[in-house]
Amino acid sequence: MKKKNIPQDPSALDTYTKDICYAIDENGNYTTVASRGWEVKSTALDVTWNDINARISEIKNKVKQGKASPIHFFMELKLMDIKTLAAYTGFWQWQVKKHLKPANFNKLSDKKLQKYATVFEITVDELKTMEQDENRF
Amino acid sequence: MKIDFNHIQTAHCENGVTVNLLKHAGVSQITEPLAFGIGSGLFYIHIPFLKVNNGPAISFRTMPGLIFKRTCKALQIPVVRQKFNSKEQAQKVLDNCLETGQPTGCQVGVYYLTYFPKEYRFHFNAHNIIVFGKEEDRYLISDPVMEDFTSLSSYELERVRFAKGMLAPKGQIYYPTTKNNFDEKLLQTAIQSGIKRNVRDMLYIPGNVAGVSGIKYTANKIRKLRDKLGVKQAGLYLAQLVRMQEEIGTGGGGFRFIYAAFLQEAYQYINTDSLPKISEQFTQSGDLWRSAAVQASGIYKGRITSQSDFNDMANYLDEIAILEKNAFKNLSKIKWNN
Repeated sequence: MKKKNIPQDPSALDTYTKDICYAIDENGNYTTVASRGWEVKSTALDVTWNDINARISEIKNKVKQGKASPIHFFMELKLMDIKTLAAYTGFWQWQVKKHLKPANFNKLSDKKLQKYATVFEITVDELKTMEQDENRF
Repeated sequence: MKIDFNHIQTAHCENGVTVNLLKHAGVSQITEPLAFGIGSGLFYIHIPFLKVNNGPAISFRTMPGLIFKRTCKALQIPVVRQKFNSKEQAQKVLDNCLETGQPTGCQVGVYYLTYFPKEYRFHFNAHNIIVFGKEEDRYLISDPVMEDFTSLSSYELERVRFAKGMLAPKGQIYYPTTKNNFDEKLLQTAIQSGIKRNVRDMLYIPGNVAGVSGIKYTANKIRKLRDKLGVKQAGLYLAQLVRMQEEIGTGGGGFRFIYAAFLQEAYQYINTDSLPKISEQFTQSGDLWRSAAVQASGIYKGRITSQSDFNDMANYLDEIAILEKNAFKNLSKIKWNN
């Protein structure tokens, strides 16, 4: 890539930092250029986030219909999978899997609920009711 | 307490930590391309059956930690590396390092990294930063992908050092210790062994998912993607590929350019006529990776969606595989002087 072709498109990095890119100058020698971003990249990130947000609202509906437990909702909201959530809570993966079912969730002790609430950075009440402003994150 | 420390921004975090720590240790010649090349950083692997954020698990670089490890070893600089079970102990050891004037590399997770933009904060645990001081409750941080110094409270630092999940850092710290007498001869040997190892990794790993054959493996997947997943999911798959390529630690295109820059720098130390020509091949490869990304973006934007568009994308990767295979073959043919 030539130095003059380094894209300088607006991106989520604006106001935080710039990307360092390696490119060749007029004499064919490598040099570094700071770039604001590349539209191809930022669209890939947007597409990924749209998918994540769609998944979160899908799970939210499922919880309301009694088909999934609030833990599933917050797990998606925190971008975690079962493995990551198990690691943060200290539960086994099979336990977390079990707790994703509403019937099992309703039987959970406050102590266990508290573990989840701590990891999700919410209160046990918020975990139960899902009355939680998503914009807080 | 604040160690006198120089921060150089780099394209990739592990390169950056390696360069900044080694420079502090007195290796003034080290640059990002040299660290990347000596550490044999260029790689490709498509891990089958594994999903990351519902997309393919692809890496364009070698395993986290290896660039630092190999580069230090090649330069004969002993490394201290330590993981912790206890958070208190982890903080104590770090504080001790800082008190003795040792800037310290830390492996961290990015999800809770407060100074990163929210859009970039996934549960990715192999980011690298340097801690070089502490003022009251705040640790002074040199993050190689940031333009300038930054800082984290003790709680924030503890949280990212003890991020959980895949590649959990377990508070890991590392730094190079004293440097031995350092001469140019050593650098030449390091460059040569780095290139030889990279030839091996890209050409001779058995199986079809690693090295240049891995690129073909992905190409074949992409040809079947549309029928298998449908246009929308296939688009998401490609978006993930592009993020792996261009975003997560500078990615495929970027790494090819860094490697090309490495070969140019290597030429200054080792006078082998073919190096500049081979460097151009890697530049070409980097350009092709970028064209492939543009093609992919057409698909995930929903602008082009036919099977032939997926085929075009796959053809780019096939072309790249052939190009990189030739480039590494050329590197393997070099007759080194010693």
